[in-house]
Amino acid sequence: MSLRKYLVLLGVAVFSAIGDSLLSRGMKAAGNLSLRHVSEMILAVLHPGVALGILFLLAFFACYLAALSWADLTYVLPATSLSYVLVALIARFFLHENVSLTRWLGILLVAAGVGFVTQGPALTHRPRRVEEIPEPVSMRPQP
Amino acid sequence: MNQLHAELHTWSAVAAIVLASTTGDVLLSRAMKQVGDVAALWRRGGVLVVTGRVLGNPNFVLGILAMATAFYSLLFGLSWGDVSLVVPAAASLTFVANAVAARIFLHEHVDRRRWLAALFVAAGVTLLAV
Repeated sequence: MSLRKYLVLLGVAVFSAIGDSLLSRGMKAAGNLSLRHVSEMILAVLHPGVALGILFLLAFFACYLAALSWADLTYVLPATSLSYVLVALIARFFLHENVSLTRWLGILLVAAGVGFVTQGPALTHRPRRVEEIPEPVSMRPQP
Repeated sequence: MNQLHAELHTWSAVAAIVLASTTGDVLLSRAMKQVGDVAALWRRGGVLVVTGRVLGNPNFVLGILAMATAFYSLLFGLSWGDVSLVVPAAASLTFVANAVAARIFLHEHVDRRRWLAALFVAAGVTLLAV
């Protein structure tokens, strides 16, 4: 794992945290949605907060795809779950919510999960491409 | 909308998010493994080759459709319920669903460390919602 790859993982976490926060604020401002008003639902994405949130989520998505191109799904997801910690911190310091003891415990658990997975290998199964020589059976992870 | 009605709405949105986003994650992961390391591809062929390879991948297109379904379910969920319930509930259940799906459909080696990571994160995210 190079520094560049860690930065991509960090980008996934940071962009999704900011994007989700903006989206949540924007949707609250846009008001209650109803299944009966489909046009209202589609127009909701034009609300400035929602639109900015979507921009951040696009950046998140680009980083996410890049990460998935060289790492397992079960590596990328826990490794980037730092975003939940970031959302809690944003809620605490920008939206002035109270972060309770259980929330700090939650933050600790998420951080532990991130620590666990990033100590292991990023890629365990490489799907065979046409041009590749098949690897010996013994090299594959046993079910 | 009364209280029970609202809760039922919220939880069906959560279920829809979990199902759709797990499907999407698995399809996108498969697509990106087929594309290969994007940085290496970028160096060799430039941004157009990367974009073309990604957008032309059928798994990617299906994955995006599933993600779009998850996204609109999230918008509904957010308008019906609290963000502090919907986002963490959907996320923590998605972590567990993804670990199972990645093992079955992507043949990833989900060892004890990864199970622990998924469960710790899922539990932590749940606590964040309390």
